[in-house]
Amino acid sequence: MATRNIRYREALREAMMEEMEKDSTIFLMGEEVGYYQGAYKVSEGMIEKFGPKRVIDAPIVEGGFAGIGVGAAMTGLRPIIEFMTWNFSAVAFDQILNNAAKVRQMSGGQFKCPIVFRGPNASARQVGSQHSHAMEHFYATVPGLKVVAPAFPADAKGLMKAAIRDDNPVLVMESETLYSVKGDVPDELEGGEIVPLGKAKVVQEGTDVTIVAYSRMTHVALEAAAALAKENISAEVVDLRSLRPLDEGTIVASVRKTHRCVIVHEGWPYGGVGAEITDRVQRLAFDSLDAPILRVTTLDVPMPYNAKLEQLCIPQTPRVIAAVKRVMARRSN
Amino acid sequence: MSELEDLGLISHFGDDATPREPPPLKDLGIDRDILLRGYHEMRRLRAIDARMIVLQRQGRVGFYGACTGQEAVPIATGLAVQEGDWVFPALREQSVMLVRGFPLVAFIAQVFGNSGDVLKGRQMPSHHSGRSVNQVSWSSNIGPQVPQAVGCAMAMKLKGDKSVAIGFMGDGATSEADFHVAMRFAARYKAPAVLVCQNNHWSISVPTRKQTISQTIAVKARAYGIEGIRVDGNDLFSMVQIMRRALEKARNGGGPTFIEALTYRIGAHSTSDDPTRYRADEEVERWKKKDPLDRLRNYLVREGLVTEASDQKLDEAITKEISAAVNEVEAMPPPTRESLFEDVYRDLTPQLKLQQEELLRHPPAISPHG
Repeated sequence: MATRNIRYREALREAMMEEMEKDSTIFLMGEEVGYYQGAYKVSEGMIEKFGPKRVIDAPIVEGGFAGIGVGAAMTGLRPIIEFMTWNFSAVAFDQILNNAAKVRQMSGGQFKCPIVFRGPNASARQVGSQHSHAMEHFYATVPGLKVVAPAFPADAKGLMKAAIRDDNPVLVMESETLYSVKGDVPDELEGGEIVPLGKAKVVQEGTDVTIVAYSRMTHVALEAAAALAKENISAEVVDLRSLRPLDEGTIVASVRKTHRCVIVHEGWPYGGVGAEITDRVQRLAFDSLDAPILRVTTLDVPMPYNAKLEQLCIPQTPRVIAAVKRVMARRSN
Repeated sequence: MSELEDLGLISHFGDDATPREPPPLKDLGIDRDILLRGYHEMRRLRAIDARMIVLQRQGRVGFYGACTGQEAVPIATGLAVQEGDWVFPALREQSVMLVRGFPLVAFIAQVFGNSGDVLKGRQMPSHHSGRSVNQVSWSSNIGPQVPQAVGCAMAMKLKGDKSVAIGFMGDGATSEADFHVAMRFAARYKAPAVLVCQNNHWSISVPTRKQTISQTIAVKARAYGIEGIRVDGNDLFSMVQIMRRALEKARNGGGPTFIEALTYRIGAHSTSDDPTRYRADEEVERWKKKDPLDRLRNYLVREGLVTEASDQKLDEAITKEISAAVNEVEAMPPPTRESLFEDVYRDLTPQLKLQQEELLRHPPAISPHG
């Protein structure tokens, strides 16, 4: 299949534009998405192509335009709502938690809410505690929502398309630090290829330990795996891609093979996606485990501004390597 | 009182300082049949609310929020809307759907939350919705439905659909950010929306005068560039006329209207509330003299359209209808256990399927219908 090497932000944009060309009920709304071309240039050129009726510059009121989107989604349109960062979704939490996630179920299935909420998530560089949250942990706990966190441009495009076409609310967790990352993306096929929601991917095969990660941490996990390979430790890296629904089958199959598991994500250690995976692995693959499951997370403090302290807080390759070595210490042979 | 529509009071009954009587039917501008329909609906709604409160007191339903004393606003809305229009209710506008033809049995089933309930027993009572009559589900937090209504209106405009969205709120909701957002978006996009605030003077125990020091709520619309109108919410005639005017304007591309409907909550906020703890009986008595149902009845009697005998006949029919509906609904089994997992997503996820299978493996402990 022919591919092109494009950036993560271009992949997201292509997904939105291709879907918008096919379906006139889709519109994009968010702060600075139009004339400014997007705070991170994800929506560059979109207002020129689709006009201000479908690429709508929202005023600074996240709870408000999230609500506008929910109302439009309930009554026939398919909105894409951009948060300048997921941190700002905290003031729109009610519309996501109590409305988007619940309207189908609370209405007995009478109303659907086909809406995409998207934007950059987790740490960037020195943007302080209030701008560094890994918000996926809050949202992945809510039944009624789907949450995806792509690591590569191809998945960013494929998952964004799947999110737009899905009849449920889907939250797309992007990353400011990934927007410029390049990767091979398949050329558009007949009908447009998507990456199905709820399917993880083994991005590197290995035999000694399973490292589960998503979003930017998948790249950190791959770096760790490369370093470990030099020490004859074969790490398998599972890129979750979707956090809810969670592809526990792929994780469990990998752990049954490697007998060890390390989970890497941004966000605090209390609860969260890593704790959820830990529960499922110990429950579904208890007899396969040769060591306790370890999690490498952001430290349990609000993110500092200072660059050195910040890097200490965020999971880094050496911490992943150290965690792998700890679970490998129980190697029987 | 000011002559300005957002500072004065549009009412066929005048205001407290200068009360007056509505004009005779031939000069009123509303059909006789519409008035009689409104009278029937208001009388039925009052009886439904009274019965539901009794059921709650008897422990047969869990909760209820009555709109006693405020019936004219939802009933007038139901009489004024067209088929495709959308209704985003707050706590006291559930009955719009009844006027639009939603069956009473299915309506009461939403209070019991059993297998007759299209919401499958998931919503609290007084949070009614029906896809068949374009009435959406309310989340219970104060305000979020108002920007949703505007989002719906913007969607209608984008789709080229002539339908109008009506968003309801109480006076308390005008303190919420969602009120500001809705007004701002509705104005900016000239959305075909009618935003209606039922100012019933009390947000549970907080009086409107402590909610805002603004002279009226309607005047707030000026700052957003929206037409604001203050209407007597206990006057069915004015409510029908103003709703018709606002809907017509929105439908013809004239943009949004904000309506402050001045009314009064005669009863408690809900069955969880005791208003005697925070408000004076004299105030309630004063408002009872402006009861919208009494006002309408007096008018219809004067016009010779209603008599003691016709009322008695009407009440008998209403009581019979409600009793039959309650009996029918109460006999219905609860929703099935497997339904618990439906509609969380469009399709059951593998995890939900597992949970469902696990739940069904255990024999029903309480309900023979599960």
